[in-house]
Amino acid sequence: MTSLTAVARPRRTAARAGSAFLMRHAWLRLTLLLTAPMFWLGVVYIVALALLLVTAFWSVDSFTGEISTTFTFANVAQVLTDSLYRAVTLRTLGVAVAVTVIDVLLALPIAFFMAKVATPRARGILMIMVLMPLWASYLVKAYAWRSVLSHDGILQWILTPFGGHTPGYGLTATIITLSYLWLPYVILPIHAGLERVPDSLLEASADLGGGTWRTIRHIVLPMAVPAIIAGTIFSFSLSLGDYITVNIVGGASQMLGNLVYTNVGAANNLPLASAIALIPIVIIFAYLFLVRRTGALDNL
Amino acid sequence: MFPPTKRLGRVLAVAAVAASITALSACGTSSGTTDGGGDAAQKLGENEGAISILAWPGYVEDGSNDPNVDWIHPFEKATGCTVTAKTFGTSDEAFNLMKTGDYDVVSASGDASLRLIASGQVSPVNTDLIPNYADVYDFLKMQKWNSVDGKSYGVPHGYGANVLMYNTDVFTTAPTSWDVVFDKASEHKGKVTAYDSPIYIADAALYLMKHQPDLKITNPYALDEDQLAAAVDLLKEQRPNISEYWSDSLKEGQSFQNGDSVVGTTWQVVQNTIGAEGAKTAVTLPEEGATGWSDTWMISSTSKHPNCAYAWLNYIISPEANGAATGYFGEAPAAPKACDFRTDCDDYHAGDADYAKQIWYWTTPIAECVDGRTDVKCTDYSQWTQAWQEIKG
Repeated sequence: MTSLTAVARPRRTAARAGSAFLMRHAWLRLTLLLTAPMFWLGVVYIVALALLLVTAFWSVDSFTGEISTTFTFANVAQVLTDSLYRAVTLRTLGVAVAVTVIDVLLALPIAFFMAKVATPRARGILMIMVLMPLWASYLVKAYAWRSVLSHDGILQWILTPFGGHTPGYGLTATIITLSYLWLPYVILPIHAGLERVPDSLLEASADLGGGTWRTIRHIVLPMAVPAIIAGTIFSFSLSLGDYITVNIVGGASQMLGNLVYTNVGAANNLPLASAIALIPIVIIFAYLFLVRRTGALDNL
Repeated sequence: MFPPTKRLGRVLAVAAVAASITALSACGTSSGTTDGGGDAAQKLGENEGAISILAWPGYVEDGSNDPNVDWIHPFEKATGCTVTAKTFGTSDEAFNLMKTGDYDVVSASGDASLRLIASGQVSPVNTDLIPNYADVYDFLKMQKWNSVDGKSYGVPHGYGANVLMYNTDVFTTAPTSWDVVFDKASEHKGKVTAYDSPIYIADAALYLMKHQPDLKITNPYALDEDQLAAAVDLLKEQRPNISEYWSDSLKEGQSFQNGDSVVGTTWQVVQNTIGAEGAKTAVTLPEEGATGWSDTWMISSTSKHPNCAYAWLNYIISPEANGAATGYFGEAPAAPKACDFRTDCDDYHAGDADYAKQIWYWTTPIAECVDGRTDVKCTDYSQWTQAWQEIKG
C-alpha cells in the first residue's frame, strides 16, 4: 500500500505559497510581468516622443536661453519654408537611400551564401564574422574610417599606384562609413529570410529547367522581399538620424542630425531642434506606411 | 533547430536591440535649472573633498596627456578636493553643460560669461575671499565680460588670440594676412579649416573691418543686418574651400598632421601639441589682428562644493598654477607673478594693456550694439546661429 503513495506531499514553503497565489490571480501575474516594460515604453519612449512634439511648438528667449512655453507655429513654419532645411533634408535622404542600396547589394550575396551554400560550420564562422564588428564601439569604427580616408591614409596609399585617390572627407566618405556601420543590421534579417526559402523549391525550379538567374528572380527574391525590406528599415532609419559619422568623416557637410545637434548644443534652441527632428520622424512613418503594404512588418 | 519564423523573430530581435543600443548610446539628456544667481559667499568653511570642473581643453591637466604637465595633483594634495573634470569645444557647449547643474566651476569666455550670468547659472564671487586676486592685472579686473553692476562674477584665467596655423611645406613664408582663408582661400581649395561656431562670423567681420572700410564695422561683435550679410557672404565664398569645420581641437591637430588641412584658424595649444609630435606647421598673428578670448573662472549657482570652488579659483590664479596652465595653453596669464614660472610671457605680450586691447575678445552679440551705436539694432546671437547654419548649408 505505502508504495503507492511514494510521491510525498509537497512541503508548504513561502515560494510555493506565492506561486500558488499568483496562479490563482492572473491579473497580478500580468501586472508583475509587464510593469517594468510598460514603464519603459510609456515614460521613456512615448512621453519623450510626446514632449518632443510639444516642444516643437514652443520658443526660446534668445539671451537667457530659457524656453518659453507659449504656443507658436514659428518653428515648424521655419522648418517647412526655409530653403536650408529643404536642402539638408534632401541631402540626408540621399545619403540614407545610397547607404541602404549599397548595404542591400552587399548583404544579398553574403546572406544567400550563408543561408544556402555554406556548410553549417562555415555558416557559424561567417555569422561570427558578420557580428564581430558590432563588438567594437561605433566611435572607434568611425574614427578608423577617418584615418583610412585621410589624404595620408591607407586608401590613398593603395589607390595611388592606380592613379586614383581617396575621396577625402565629405558625403562620399559619410556614405562609405555608414554603409560599413549598418551592414550587419541588413545582413541578419536578409539571412534569416533566405533561410526560410525551402531547398525543395530551389530543387523543383531546377528540375523544371529554371536556370540560376531565373530561380533567383522568380523564387528567391519574391520570398526574400519582406526580409530585405526589414533590413532596409534598419539601414535607412539609422542613417537618417546619424550625426556623429558625418561629423567625423563628413568634412564640412551637415545632415539633419547635425542641425538638431547644433540647435540643441550651439544655438540652445530646443524648440527649433524638435521641429527639425520631426522631419526624419515623418519620413520614417511614411516609409513604414509604404512598407506595411508589402507585408514586411509581419516578419518583425 | 527552431522553426524558421521563431528564428527570424529572434534574429530580428537581436538586431533591433543592437540597433536601439547604438541609437541610445548616441543620445544624451540634460535638464535645465532656473535658479537665481544668488549672493556671493561671505565666509568660507571646510573644503567638501570634491570639485567638478568644466573647462576648455588644456586648462585642467593632471599629467594624463603629458606626464610633465600636471597642476591638478598639487591642488588635490593641498586642498583635499578631488577633481573631476570635463572639457568642452565651444562656448555654446559650455553654456549648455552648465545648465545640467553638474559642475561647480567653469572657465567661461566672454561669449558665454554674460549669458551664464543673465540666466542665473553662476553666482557673484566675493574676491575678498581669494587672496591671489590682488595680484591679477588691473586691466582684467571688473571688465564687462566678468562683472555686472559692479559685482564680480569670477576671476580672470588668461587671455589670448585665435591665431593662423599654416603648413610650412605649403607656405614657405608666413602669411601676413587672413586673406589666405578668405579672398585667397581658393588657392588651397578643400584644405582650409575654420572654427565651427557662430562666433567665427566675427573673424570674417574683423577681416571686412580692415579690408572694406565702407561697411563701417568698428567692432566685429556689433554688426547690423547689412554688416552681418556682408560677413555671411564672405563666409559663403569661403565655404567651398573648407576641408572641415573644427570644434574639437584634437581633431583639428590631426587634420593638420595628415595634410587634410593646410591653413586655418587655431589655438596656440594645438601648435604646441602637434609641434611636439613633429608636425610641419607654424602659427602667426596676421596684420589684421585677431579675435581672441579672455577667460573667467565662474562658480555655479547650484554648486555642491562652494568651498572647494573658492579654493580652485584661488589656486588657478596662484603664480605657479596660473603660469603652468596658461603656459601650456599658449596664452597670456592673469597675473604678472605667473611669468616667474614660464619663460615665454613676452611672446604673448603679457601685461601689455595696449596690445591686449587689440585682440577682439569673444563677446556675445546682442541687439543693443556693443560698439555704442544707438541708431540701429544689431544682430543678436540667435541670428548669428541662424546665419552660421546657412553658411554651412
